[in-house]
Amino acid sequence: MLAAKLILEQGIVVEGLNFFTGFCVEGHTHAIRRQRAGRLKRNNALWVAEQLGIKLHIIDVVEEYKTVVLNPKHGYGAHLNPCLDCKVFMVKKAKNWMEQHGFDFIVTGEVVGQRPMSQRKETMPIVAKESGADDRLLRPLCAEHLPKTLPEREGWVDRSKLPGFSGRGRKPQIELAHSFGFKEYSQPAGGCCFLTNEHYTTKLLDLWNHKGKRDYELDDIMLLKVGRHLRPRPHFKMIIGREEGENNFLQGYRDRFTHCYPLSHKGPFALVAGEISEEDVALAAGVTARYSDAKAEERVEVHVAHLDGRSASSVVKPLLPEDILPSWYV
Amino acid sequence: MKKNIDARHLLCPLPVIRLAETISTCQPKDEIEMLCNDPGVLQDIPAWCRVHGHRITAIEQNPLPIRITVLVA
Repeated sequence: MLAAKLILEQGIVVEGLNFFTGFCVEGHTHAIRRQRAGRLKRNNALWVAEQLGIKLHIIDVVEEYKTVVLNPKHGYGAHLNPCLDCKVFMVKKAKNWMEQHGFDFIVTGEVVGQRPMSQRKETMPIVAKESGADDRLLRPLCAEHLPKTLPEREGWVDRSKLPGFSGRGRKPQIELAHSFGFKEYSQPAGGCCFLTNEHYTTKLLDLWNHKGKRDYELDDIMLLKVGRHLRPRPHFKMIIGREEGENNFLQGYRDRFTHCYPLSHKGPFALVAGEISEEDVALAAGVTARYSDAKAEERVEVHVAHLDGRSASSVVKPLLPEDILPSWYV
Repeated sequence: MKKNIDARHLLCPLPVIRLAETISTCQPKDEIEMLCNDPGVLQDIPAWCRVHGHRITAIEQNPLPIRITVLVA
């Protein structure tokens, strides 16, 4: 937001690019859960574009991004976050877009030293070089600390009007935001990607382990964002809605998964991922009942529908808290 | 010309992306009707249309699915 604003202030036409990888954390993804219904369900990139009065192009990169997640040349950060490869990938995509649409250079909001992996003084030139953007990549917020880029050398951008931010602190950015009259700004870097989230990446690793290969489809990674994930047996996992919004979302997958829900009481909608035997059906029904409003009852009627069209209702006793082993939680 | 987008069971920003893809094949004054489930579209589709100059001519929320009509600029 600030980087774009600095360039707009110099009279240059700017358009925004936002890449959808499938791992994005956004208010509307959280909005699946009704308990957060009071929070504004907005896309922050769109909101920023509106504040700046610029166009924003949201680009679906889900398929291409798999190579970044699965085989990052520069490795992962603390979890499964391939930050440096991600940055190279996105700047490369931006460069292609720039060339196709007749723009002259790329602006990012990076700051030297702000992030431990992709925004160090040693790694920032890697992004410029490996993306092919080279000296058409301008980081206005920390331009002073970096060699002059083409737009600065050509005089398209007045380098003397760009700040020289560095380090992890956000105070100068917040002051600059206030000087522009921005009272609100979007999430600082790092909190916008599920690949930096330990709980999420544990579930992704579990998915790969049980698939027997490191691969995913969009639905796989969307479902990892939703519900309580339990693996009662090695060959099947349950995704159990935690409230109405998640139940509604999970119901959208009823044609693709065996699923369970209580009939006699209010309770969760649960997907079952994996092949399950009759014995497993009873266990899955008991787990579903455990998270229903009737968890303290003796008898709960649970409906189980299989992918092959078979379905049946049975009365089960909800599992006790001690029956749900800690090792089941993914 | 009128076009339809079924974006039910897509979470934002995918409905926005589908709308942008469809508009890239449209002529000015074409109309697009979208069906969506994610309540995020109530913010995102109007915001995207505002920044690109397209006009929302109708939003119906009840009953679900959400139905949004866009007039292409």
